[in-house]
Amino acid sequence: MGTDSKRTRNNGRAGFFFRIGNAFSEFGKRFVDGSLGTKLSHFIFGAGNFYHGQFIKGLLFLLVQAGILAVMILCPTINNTPYGWKALANLSLKNVSEGGEFDFATGEMTVGSDCKLMVLFGFVTIALIVIYFLVWNLNIASSYKADKARKVGKKPTTFVQDIKELFDGKFHVLMLTPTCLAATVFTILPTVFMISLAFTTYNSQDMNKLGTNLFGWNGFQNFSSVFTGEGSLGFEIKNRFLPVLGWTFIWAILATLTCYFGGIILALLINKKGLKGKKLFRTLFILTIAVPQFISLLAVRNLLGEYGPINSLLLSWGWIKEPIGFLGLQAGDSEILAKIMVIVINMWVGIPYTMLMTSGILMNIPTDLYEAARVDGSSTTKMFFKITLPYVVFVTTPYLISSFVGNINSFNTIYLLTGGGPTYVGYQAGGTDLLVTWLYKVTIDQGSYNTGAVIGIFTFLITATITLVTYRRSKAYNEEDTFQ
Amino acid sequence: MKNSLTNKKYKSQSANRRISLSVTYTLLIVFGIIWLIPLLWIFLSAFRCEYQADGTFIGRVTSNFFPNSFGLENFKMLFSSTYYGVDHAFLKWMLNTLIIAIIDCIISTLLVLSVAYCMSKLKFKLRKTFMNISMILGLFPGFMSMIAIYFLLKSIGLTGNPAHPEYSLVGLVLAYSAGAGLGFQIAKGFFDVIPNALVESAKLDGCTNSKVFWRIILPLAKPIIIYQALMSFTGPWMDFIFAKVIIGADNARYWTVSVGLYSMLFGTHPDTNLFTQFAAGCVIVAIPIVTLFMFLQKYYVEGVTAGAVKG
Repeated sequence: MGTDSKRTRNNGRAGFFFRIGNAFSEFGKRFVDGSLGTKLSHFIFGAGNFYHGQFIKGLLFLLVQAGILAVMILCPTINNTPYGWKALANLSLKNVSEGGEFDFATGEMTVGSDCKLMVLFGFVTIALIVIYFLVWNLNIASSYKADKARKVGKKPTTFVQDIKELFDGKFHVLMLTPTCLAATVFTILPTVFMISLAFTTYNSQDMNKLGTNLFGWNGFQNFSSVFTGEGSLGFEIKNRFLPVLGWTFIWAILATLTCYFGGIILALLINKKGLKGKKLFRTLFILTIAVPQFISLLAVRNLLGEYGPINSLLLSWGWIKEPIGFLGLQAGDSEILAKIMVIVINMWVGIPYTMLMTSGILMNIPTDLYEAARVDGSSTTKMFFKITLPYVVFVTTPYLISSFVGNINSFNTIYLLTGGGPTYVGYQAGGTDLLVTWLYKVTIDQGSYNTGAVIGIFTFLITATITLVTYRRSKAYNEEDTFQ
Repeated sequence: MKNSLTNKKYKSQSANRRISLSVTYTLLIVFGIIWLIPLLWIFLSAFRCEYQADGTFIGRVTSNFFPNSFGLENFKMLFSSTYYGVDHAFLKWMLNTLIIAIIDCIISTLLVLSVAYCMSKLKFKLRKTFMNISMILGLFPGFMSMIAIYFLLKSIGLTGNPAHPEYSLVGLVLAYSAGAGLGFQIAKGFFDVIPNALVESAKLDGCTNSKVFWRIILPLAKPIIIYQALMSFTGPWMDFIFAKVIIGADNARYWTVSVGLYSMLFGTHPDTNLFTQFAAGCVIVAIPIVTLFMFLQKYYVEGVTAGAVKG
């Protein structure tokens, strides 16, 4: 199987380059073979469609070209920051003005450049250019297709036919376009923007000192500051990075395993033969899933708080002399206790999920396995370890991986319970902070966008490595389309 | 002789079973109590109505688990109070959240279903590429891009717009639903199970791909539609981080209910005396969501299980 998958992968890579080569020869061929209209289409969008009498389609192409070119040349500005070619030039983050000077022409103070918008609009412009060339290609292809139809004596498709085709053969185009557009604007663009910030000096602490919105590129300096401790948050990131990373891993492993096995045990208990009120018990545990997490977790936080019922109870029993800081909300509280508490409370949150999931799987275990084992005289415990557990673990391995990745990114539990505490003087990252909560504190609370982006990239690298290594090997990926 | 032996064995086995069953009951009841305590406590606190000796209302966390006296005072205050300078703030927050949830639910569900259908039942060139890209994008921590989305929305006036603060709601809906299509995996897993022969035979009868989707796939996909709708409808009620960042800490009139409730206890002007009102708010938010979950439990379980096995 290993060699098999290797071969297909190699094929795939060769196929990729082959396809690129093909695409280029295709471009040349279309220009040479195409009609006058197709040739013109290389310069004026929709020309070929006009040539073939497809006016509406041609007009649409032309509008896209005119629109994008207008933006590129005229450079409309929003908040004093231009789009278009000026935005591309601005990506260098040079030639910026601090603003705040008196302008005699307008009689007002000048507004300074806003570097974050410059970077953002630069990427928007790049996206526009990509779209321009995609539409360019589409428009040539459309004209070329009409050429071919003419050659065999058919009429080029009408606009109505094109629309009809969009509901049939090209249905995927219609269905995927909204998601592609929305994901480009609201997922890809922001992600690229944030990644790029990791290579800048964008740090509101420094910028507040300067009183401007200016920053510049600084290469890999933010990444090296993890080791050297340079920069305004360098001290923090150097001393706290490894502890936070280590705790993130410990947390993810423990949180995944405790919830996983806890859930299996709970599912076994609920699904026990002869037990009455199965539905009642299951509903009871689903209740905790249904209640929004910020409610249930804040409830637990207050329950365990300094003046909360649990501390009062322990005090009145005389077990403790003063309230325990279970969740490390005060600086002097125990870090170990806080860590244990978040893992225990996370079990309270996570076990019902696994219970639900494994309940269905437990019911699907072929009963003849158990019968055969019973005939052989196996005990219940032996059957559990030899049949039930291996079966459940086998089926739920993908879930185990995704829940591990989910736990690395588990923001709510930590933020709502401990807020990352107990804190250390001079540092943002507290004892129970994960990479994600640290990222949040550093960006939203501190405004150190560059440091936050570095932490985010590290988090991505970790989750991506784990997912790719395990997922590419899994059956679900390699045999993805065998189901169909 | 032999008969009595098996009888004895049978008897001891059934005794064993009875013991293990009663152990199971005890364990489940103990676990059940542990799982219910925090929720029960919030519920009880919402109805707590205690006064100090001088007649002032006690709203903070107190040491007693069970209230000394019950009443609806918290709910009255919750609905009539002015929080963060906004009259009847809680009602407004509820309404904001409801509007956002409904629109988000419609857009997200449509996007997810359409992408999942394409990925599962249609063959086209960039299909695998699309799936890989969506998986990689899903691995970036969500709120790494959150702040960038805020800048983006702000630059087009859809949040932090002093002339039209209400546009923030539009911005938040966009932020919630725009990326929804990338989370198609569970729905795709569901569509994969629908036999291809069904689609093929419909196409032979002259159905277009669009008709196959609307007339054949969607009617069969009721469980997954309900699951997706449930998830995207409850999302805005549960999220508070995205809502807080996108709408902005100073735009209290247009907060969602979770941001409002969170801010009562841990915001910029937290007030420990608002705890019982916070609890009352939690009860009001939780009741409809829990009811929805309970009614649609079957579909929820189906979706969760599908997600687990397919990964």
